[in-house]
Amino acid sequence: MNEKILEAKNITKYFHDPISIQVLKEITFSILQGEFVSIIGKSGCGKSTLLYILSTMDTDYEGDLLIGNIAMRNKKEAELALIRSEKIGFVFQFHYLLNEFSVLRNVMLPGLKLAKYSEKEVEARAYQKLKILGIQDEALKKPNQLSGGQKQRVAIARSLINDPLILMADEPTGNLDKKNSEIVFSVFQELSEVFNQALLIVTHDNEFAARTHRIIEMEDGKILKDVSKK
Amino acid sequence: MNFKLIASVSASLLMARWKQTLVAAIGVTFSITMFITLLSFMAGLNTLLDGLIGNRTAHIRLYNEIQPTKVQPVYLSDKYKNHYNFISSVKPKNERLQIYSNGAVMDALKKDERVLGVAPKIIAQVFYNVGAIDLTGVINGVDVEEESRLFSFKDYVTSGNVIDLRNIPNSIILGKGAAEKMLANLGDVIQVTTPKGERMQLKVVGYFQSGIQEIDKVQSYTSIITAQKLLGESNSYITDIQVKLKDILLAPSLAKEYAKLFDIEAVDIQSANSQFETGSSIRTLISYAVGITLLIVAGFGIYNILNMMIYEKMDTIAILKATGFSGKDVNRIFITIALTIGVFGGMLGLLFGFGLSSLIDQVPFNTAALPTIKTYPIDYNLKFYLIGTVFSIVTTYFAGFFPSRKASKIDPVIIIRGK
Repeated sequence: MNEKILEAKNITKYFHDPISIQVLKEITFSILQGEFVSIIGKSGCGKSTLLYILSTMDTDYEGDLLIGNIAMRNKKEAELALIRSEKIGFVFQFHYLLNEFSVLRNVMLPGLKLAKYSEKEVEARAYQKLKILGIQDEALKKPNQLSGGQKQRVAIARSLINDPLILMADEPTGNLDKKNSEIVFSVFQELSEVFNQALLIVTHDNEFAARTHRIIEMEDGKILKDVSKK
Repeated sequence: MNFKLIASVSASLLMARWKQTLVAAIGVTFSITMFITLLSFMAGLNTLLDGLIGNRTAHIRLYNEIQPTKVQPVYLSDKYKNHYNFISSVKPKNERLQIYSNGAVMDALKKDERVLGVAPKIIAQVFYNVGAIDLTGVINGVDVEEESRLFSFKDYVTSGNVIDLRNIPNSIILGKGAAEKMLANLGDVIQVTTPKGERMQLKVVGYFQSGIQEIDKVQSYTSIITAQKLLGESNSYITDIQVKLKDILLAPSLAKEYAKLFDIEAVDIQSANSQFETGSSIRTLISYAVGITLLIVAGFGIYNILNMMIYEKMDTIAILKATGFSGKDVNRIFITIALTIGVFGGMLGLLFGFGLSSLIDQVPFNTAALPTIKTYPIDYNLKFYLIGTVFSIVTTYFAGFFPSRKASKIDPVIIIRGK
């Protein structure tokens, strides 16, 4: 049952500006269904860069990336946009909610874009996701009326709206206090354990990483350690 | 495809910066308003000025002219056919000014599909006798009804009743200038003399004011029959046939055709009054140039505002892209924003333009030269509104095109990493 949903083969990346630096050196690993993985490492080790490549937002790399056993290389921008909306949920360090829309509408947007379900259904599903994250009461407020922790939970709900294969997060607790970090972590844990959701979290919070199922430690663009607890 | 979603995102972005949006829309509204007003006013003025000549000038005038014979007898001789002939001191032939078999010519013209109407005319040189002084003048014998129908004759008769000219025998409508010189009031009887020496008493039944003073000082009108009597000619005597066409642009080619067909002189309005043609086309050109400049300036306004909006909304664009919106979608969103501004601004502009031009239409404009005009002239031509609509949409589209393309190319990674 636990099939590979994401596979990275020899991913290498260079930054060319101002001088050519190799930031990722032949990264190879894969993630299975339901795995709760964290990537840790010092800042500048390339963990965020790797995440952007894995999320298909950055296409300037060498090597191969397979999501759901489909190669991402040579896909057009519009195709990648479709894959992002269908298969990948992304949570940023900053919540990045659109203040022009209500919380509910923010969560619905990627669903409406994908247009797999009707607007009514997307709305029902958005409520359901907000409920999982315990913020259904805030649905009709504007994002700027919420607290930092609530905003981040809305962002997580938004990333889940299309039932992605994998949820990726870049420092999701970086801007949060202890209490809110705890809430976000328990949300992730619940998603992993109850809903068998694959999660890939980049963090520099070692305490947070220690409680995940698998820790990938990076240094200087290489994988230093890959420890699985299960 | 997902138009509803794109529309809703565009609407939210618009509403988020509604003040800027309003400024951009006001820019478009203003330029379209001015465009419509300017062109309507200019076109109205053009029509008015062209009408000064165009309304009462025949599109084609058929007449005989005293001139030297074009083909001299020597050319017809077989003997001198291959010679080079020099003929000196050629003089014009004493030809009658009458148009021969004019009834048949007029019937033929009336049957022509391209012709709107035909009116006969007699032009006679006369002297107005005022006491011991003779003033030179020209009397036009006209068919009152046809002249009114085709050449707005009625509009230029400022006092008196036009139809009296036909109903009262030996009556005359004097040019305003001529009447003032002669101190002739309505109902007075004046005396005229023809170059051949014939005298006639005519009753003044009205004044004629063309707006061109030089004409009003000499020209007068009588009925055809009165003119024939004055000249001592038969009732088939006519010197001019005036033709009004359905399409004025056909005049030059038809004039040539008729000249050949009826063996007569024919002059078209364009050759006779080329200075008016040039004047009005240049005025039109200038007003279009100004109007389009206004629209382009408004276009730059929209371009600036969209560019600003894109800089401000970098994050939003990045997020939309990260959550599955493609570059194309982002492009569509910004194009939608630009077009919304263009369409709403443009529509308001059309309304205000209509309002402003009808306001100008109410402003009194009295001039002695133009007896029929009471307010500033406005041409409510649908064409200007169509051009305004199309142009407002096209300029805003192009104003939105480059910023949208820029927005669609934003790389979400760079923006998110930059935080």
